[in-house]
Amino acid sequence: MYDITEIRKNTKLLIDGAPFTVIDFQFVKPGKGQAFTRTKLRNLLTGNVIERTFKSNESLAPADTEERQQQFLYPEGDNYVFMDTKSYDQLYLSAAQLGDTRFFLQDGTMVDVLFWDEKPIGVTPPTFVELKVIETDPGFKGDTSTNTLKAAKMDTGATVQVPLFVNEGDVLKVDTRTGDYVERVKK
Amino acid sequence: MVSVLESFVDVRVGELARHPPGLVALEGRAVHVEEGRALLEDRWGAVWLSGALESITRGDRVRVEGRWTGSTVEALSIERLARPTRAFPSPGSDHAWLTADERRRLGFLQHRAHILLAIRDELAELQLLEVETPLVVPSPGLDLHLDAMAVERGFLITSPEYQMKRLLSAGLGDIYQIAKCFRRGELGPRHQPEFTMLEWYRSPGDLEAVLTDTEDIVKAALEGVGRDHIEGERGPIALDGFDRISVADAFRDIAGLDVLEVLPDEERFFRIIVETIEPELGRARPVFLTRWPASMASLARLCPDDPRFAERAELFIDGMELCNAFGELTDAVEQRARLLRDQDARRAANLPVYPIDERFLAALEDGIPPSGGNALGLDRLVMLACGTRQIGDVVAIPASRL
Repeated sequence: MYDITEIRKNTKLLIDGAPFTVIDFQFVKPGKGQAFTRTKLRNLLTGNVIERTFKSNESLAPADTEERQQQFLYPEGDNYVFMDTKSYDQLYLSAAQLGDTRFFLQDGTMVDVLFWDEKPIGVTPPTFVELKVIETDPGFKGDTSTNTLKAAKMDTGATVQVPLFVNEGDVLKVDTRTGDYVERVKK
Repeated sequence: MVSVLESFVDVRVGELARHPPGLVALEGRAVHVEEGRALLEDRWGAVWLSGALESITRGDRVRVEGRWTGSTVEALSIERLARPTRAFPSPGSDHAWLTADERRRLGFLQHRAHILLAIRDELAELQLLEVETPLVVPSPGLDLHLDAMAVERGFLITSPEYQMKRLLSAGLGDIYQIAKCFRRGELGPRHQPEFTMLEWYRSPGDLEAVLTDTEDIVKAALEGVGRDHIEGERGPIALDGFDRISVADAFRDIAGLDVLEVLPDEERFFRIIVETIEPELGRARPVFLTRWPASMASLARLCPDDPRFAERAELFIDGMELCNAFGELTDAVEQRARLLRDQDARRAANLPVYPIDERFLAALEDGIPPSGGNALGLDRLVMLACGTRQIGDVVAIPASRL
């Protein structure tokens, strides 16, 4: 069991028989009243997001989930194919199950596939991936702006905010947790 | 050639776009340096420099005099003001330039300073005298739901209430204080364990007097950043009139419940406040939530017309609590009885039991005129004025970055 003060983002909880992941949690407290933790939880099966408020001393059941490393092979229609590199077992996950994660998948990427009760239900990509810019404004026109970032479209379909000096064709290191630009990779 | 008739005009980098071509002096950090050019940045924007840049290394803070062409700056002279002595960008930082978020936060700190100036002006106008009382005290407040931080010889204050009431007893009348307060374990989008409180008293005075002050102070704060309304999550919030709703009416109208039936279950009471009532309060106009249950106002007078409720009011704007005001309890005997009850409640809940502040009670025994008092979370007022919902955005260094 988890104490409510132990939960963090990505803690997996079993609520009403379904696995949830914590996507946000907040300390809330009326000035002279009791403290609560307000959570935003994503149902790992349906993707639905719910809000729940727990009191400060409540305990919560963990969801029995497990991550296993798999290799992303290729997209097939609306599905994405992954393979266990030891057993060569293959499995499919749908675009809906992957959410925005699919924009960080490149052929051959090693990812962590999340299983719940032996069924694959989601994927965590590597924290950093290297993606190629296929489309962005030249970005030097005017050269002054209160906003020193611009949008760039990457070869996997992701859109990333990048500094002005980034050009089409550059390879960038991107943080998959936030979708943020990290640095330009010299190639 | 630079004409002797021309001189260098100090310009912020981010304001160059609105500046005519000509000679300019800039200050900022070189966040990117490559063959023949360097990107100079300040917190308002960035510009490419060209010219004699040999002396610049990435990370340098420089003052540049040069010619603004309308798109870039040809540097004529460069003076280095500082050079990082560790790796740049610093280890652990994944970017060299200021992020949009960092620029935003720096802007909020400037707003904060302007708001504080405007509030002090307004308080002077309202004839309130600024005081400072100790932050380290032998006994913090005894509220069941406030935990104090222990330090050598006592505790950090959770509010300056006891000490300010001693000043009322000593003969200072209308006083205010802007004090850091400390509450253990409070950290969230609206909470920092160390935060800034504006607390003031009207003595002689009453709850009405401090609620009127509150309206003036909120308006003055917003005027301090040139605004006459608040951008709420559900639309603009006008400041031309503050509403009132009693706790009993709020339970009936918003939650469809009778507060007196809910009340024996205190946890349920607060859950309804947090989940159902609070999010609806102050969305179109600021609203005072008034007449709190007597059991939840240890330092307030009971309502003369109905002693089940007390003279306590909280201001809500955009679903957020901003302050807590009392018609002050001035009866020393009754106050001692309530503090003993508060101690029992803390003991029963297995919480540290703080001593009773005898000097505070002695001040009541000496006599305090009927008084009104209010404690307002200044950081939250700054949040509303800046349009952010994160308290960490409006303090110089939030607890998470210490």
